[in-house]
Amino acid sequence: MELICPAGTPSAFREAVDAGADAVYCGFRDETNARNFPGLNFSRPELKDSIGYARKRGVQTFVALNTFMRAGHEQLWYEAADDAVALGADALILADFGLMAYVADKYPDQRLHVSVQASASNRDAIQFLVEAFGAKRVVLPRILTVQDIARLTRQIACEVEVFAFGGLCVMAEGRCSLSSYATGKSPNMNGVCSPASHVKYRRDGDTMVSELGAYTINRFGPDEASGYPTLCKGRFEIGETHGYAFEDPVSLDVVDHIDALREAGVSALKIEGRQRGKAYVAEVVSSLKKALSAEPAERSALVARLRAMSEGQRTTSGAYDKRWR
Amino acid sequence: MTLPPALVAPVDLAPLWLIERAARTIFSGVLRAHPDLFERLGEYRQTRYLFCPSDLPLNFLVVPAAKTVHVSRKAQRPVSDACIEGPLVLLLGLMEGRCDADALFFSRELSVTGDMEAMLALRNALDDSAIDLPDEIGSLAGPLAPLVAGAARYVRKRALEGRDATWS
Repeated sequence: MELICPAGTPSAFREAVDAGADAVYCGFRDETNARNFPGLNFSRPELKDSIGYARKRGVQTFVALNTFMRAGHEQLWYEAADDAVALGADALILADFGLMAYVADKYPDQRLHVSVQASASNRDAIQFLVEAFGAKRVVLPRILTVQDIARLTRQIACEVEVFAFGGLCVMAEGRCSLSSYATGKSPNMNGVCSPASHVKYRRDGDTMVSELGAYTINRFGPDEASGYPTLCKGRFEIGETHGYAFEDPVSLDVVDHIDALREAGVSALKIEGRQRGKAYVAEVVSSLKKALSAEPAERSALVARLRAMSEGQRTTSGAYDKRWR
Repeated sequence: MTLPPALVAPVDLAPLWLIERAARTIFSGVLRAHPDLFERLGEYRQTRYLFCPSDLPLNFLVVPAAKTVHVSRKAQRPVSDACIEGPLVLLLGLMEGRCDADALFFSRELSVTGDMEAMLALRNALDDSAIDLPDEIGSLAGPLAPLVAGAARYVRKRALEGRDATWS
């Protein structure tokens, strides 16, 4: 299985390549990119240099244009696709059907991957994208079990990529509007979940309070590991109960399921984290690279150190081995 | 790791103008050597960033666009747009991209307040800039540069032992 690694800056890109990535995914510094954070992402010259750096070392570059085009402003996405192709991207990761149609029509030889943001997670949806736009790979959302993935891979005519480590989005990606309710900005339209412009942290004695827009997301006690200020990992009072409504602050780690995923027909494992620093990228990529070639019994020890770098300092295999109640 | 009291005491006694002068010299050197930092900061170069080392009785107010560093005693906290607080070695580790900011935030070793867009822009700009503080400090030492940079590198290694990632 290939290891697909994140890069939010050229420095992180080089670290990912040097640490053993088979491919690095990244995006432009605008709203064509679902990780449109301040100070993050690539200019055209930076992407050109990075693709050159990767290619010399036999590593591929995937460019994520994974937000949805705004009506009347499609040109921004079309130009981003034109530039990514011209700069030599090995694959484009797309979510918008209109953009897929544009790329398939104008660049029929360009490799096209279906972003997790497209929310294509059943046979009919994926086959439609394969047949209509020639999609070569689909990135599945983090809401399927290993058994679900195995069933799906047998029924579709393209490669499957799944998330293996990093931030755990517990929603059907591309369809989540929680951020929009709280801030008026949607991750699929403006490229940011929990936009930093609406995030506030404040101290209340020994407690650290995180807020998104007008909503308190969490209150962390003095010795409690913290998490991102996302509504899906918020702690709320619901009726008589007080706790996490959807998911705890926790990161994804499916290293224990590598063999099962391989047997399920998965072609590539994706590491989440374009918003993380180069230190994180280097550490996670090198650890997972070692884990991929290690004996099953050795894998947990290889990635144990990564837990301290994870949200809430804890990891879970999430839905991959969900025991439905 | 926090600074030992033996190192903190002289800082408490040193005149502010002297500390400020040293901080400005290093800051100017970093900006000269890394113009890309400005470009990545974008509109946030006007932001007043406050660095509060939790183990040092000082605050550092930095405005990148003005290329200024103001140093104040802990009791006189200046007005800022965005503030980051944590042990000095971790703040310096962040400046070099040797530590992961999110990981330190999750472990509660760092706290951030104020304008989070500005804080993210700074973190990402620093992370991409490949700043090497021992080199910057060494470059101020004239003919003693290799010696000073080497000593600074040794101190960094000891201070961040087990904390920095295995990046190249």
